[in-house]
Amino acid sequence: MSLLKLEKVTQRFGGLVAVDNVSLEIKQGGITAIIGPNGAGKTTLFNAISGFRVPTEGRVIFDGDDITGLAPERAARRGLVRTFQLAQLFETLSVLENVKVGRHLHTSGGLISALTPWRARAIEAGVDRIAHGLLTRVGLAFQAETPASALPYGQKRLLEIARALAAEPKLLLLDEPAAGLNRNETSRLADLIRAIAAQGVTVLLIEHDMSFVMNIADRVAVLDFGKLIAEGTPAEVQKNKDVIAAYLGTMEAAHA
Amino acid sequence: MTWLTTIWAEARRAPVLALLWAAAAALVIYVFVSGGYLIAVLHFAAIYVVFVTGLNIFMGFAGQVSFGHNAFAAISGYASAVLTATHGWEPLPAAALGILGALLCALIVGYPTLRLRGHYLAMATLAIGLIVYEVAVQWQSVTQGYMGISGIPPLGIGRFTVTSDRAILIFLIIIAALGVVAAAGIRHSRLGRAFVAIAGSEDAARALGIDVARYKLAAFLISAFYAAIAGSLFVHAVGFVSPEVYGLHMVVLAFTMLYVGGIGTVAGATLGALVIGILPETVRRFSEYQDLAYGALLILILIYAPGGLASLSSLSTRKKKEDA
Repeated sequence: MSLLKLEKVTQRFGGLVAVDNVSLEIKQGGITAIIGPNGAGKTTLFNAISGFRVPTEGRVIFDGDDITGLAPERAARRGLVRTFQLAQLFETLSVLENVKVGRHLHTSGGLISALTPWRARAIEAGVDRIAHGLLTRVGLAFQAETPASALPYGQKRLLEIARALAAEPKLLLLDEPAAGLNRNETSRLADLIRAIAAQGVTVLLIEHDMSFVMNIADRVAVLDFGKLIAEGTPAEVQKNKDVIAAYLGTMEAAHA
Repeated sequence: MTWLTTIWAEARRAPVLALLWAAAAALVIYVFVSGGYLIAVLHFAAIYVVFVTGLNIFMGFAGQVSFGHNAFAAISGYASAVLTATHGWEPLPAAALGILGALLCALIVGYPTLRLRGHYLAMATLAIGLIVYEVAVQWQSVTQGYMGISGIPPLGIGRFTVTSDRAILIFLIIIAALGVVAAAGIRHSRLGRAFVAIAGSEDAARALGIDVARYKLAAFLISAFYAAIAGSLFVHAVGFVSPEVYGLHMVVLAFTMLYVGGIGTVAGATLGALVIGILPETVRRFSEYQDLAYGALLILILIYAPGGLASLSSLSTRKKKEDA
């Protein structure tokens, strides 16, 4: 059964068609990558899936339910959690507190438990333990008390992923997780994403870095000018003529 | 004791802060023993600790802006004044009804505006502050306009009332301490984390399942509750109310306290209210220039020490890093 199904999703901004009639199925489990040149509509498609924009046309089916236009916080409640292209951390909070915020959906308690901390102690201890565990997993445990603003860029990306994992997603959307990372950081990120997928979280990511995508993705979908032009395994996509023309060709030209 | 560890952690990071706490405690003890006019100054400062601590929950924790919390203080303050002095109610039920009325008003203003981003809320709060002020001036049959209402009885239950200056001070300090402890508890709870997450990034908060509109409203109502308590405390402590008490001056004063102390930190809001509450009263002859002085101070703080008093020591370490 497919976990996420896009049915003819279209997003227009005035006369511009940023996402054009995209239909795509993401199966439960594994890592799928959406690739495409700059301005191909990748992030716009992500926004339409995660509820930050209501698609002009089409439907988004998640886990069997129509979630088209559902607010992001409600989509998150169903298990669809995203990260952002420019890491959106809570900069003034400590690294640990950032992850703790991620536990919001899996804890309860409002004003009354805030005013009676002795009763919320067991829950808080659990939040603390899980947050520390996630920081260890992404290799940031030693930075737990550092303000998030003080982290180097690569670690910010890792923190954002740890925070998203705290929300226990079924589907994790990563918007260009490797952007701006050096080779060493990129390979560690690839290991982390593989480990996340191995634990049963379905991963959908947008990426520019071709070698990174070919390295970790089970399936690849290619967007160009808002249209889905190819879909398949990395090997299939690499051989696809349209893809070479639209994307790989220009990339190689750019590298040359 | 979460609140103790909060204050301790903040103090350990900033030794200057620990010194200020000690100075504040020493001052309170000195004034309490010596008595006289300074006790009234401390009444005023303690009431502002309540008001500013509440405002800090909305502005410091949740990162929103309100120019109109004086309205909620005015509603409960006038309710207390009119119901006790004119209609002979007991102070406690009068204050309770006033606080409830202020909360209802906050709900009516907050519910539609907090769904919007950016400056809409700030403008709406500015409007409500001005409207309530005008009502207090114009509705003479009830509020007696600029004349104000005097003869408001002190707080108390039945025959037991808090009348002497020293007893009122102790009572106000207890209320202020409870308010500060509650704010510290909120900051380190799931609720408080949702507030600070909204201040950090609304998009990221939503992506993690936080209902931003709902939590903004919660922060708004909690801070309106603090403001309303401060409003009622004022009329019962002073025995008199007029529109000027809750005028725009109150907003300027509270903002100065909040930023001088350090917005976002529990200790900062308290210290700011104490320092700014006490300083100008001791140099009264400049009182005509008070708002001007507050404005200048606010600008200086925003430029040179945006973290306020609560960040003084971390400011000096940052300077060192920059020099290195």
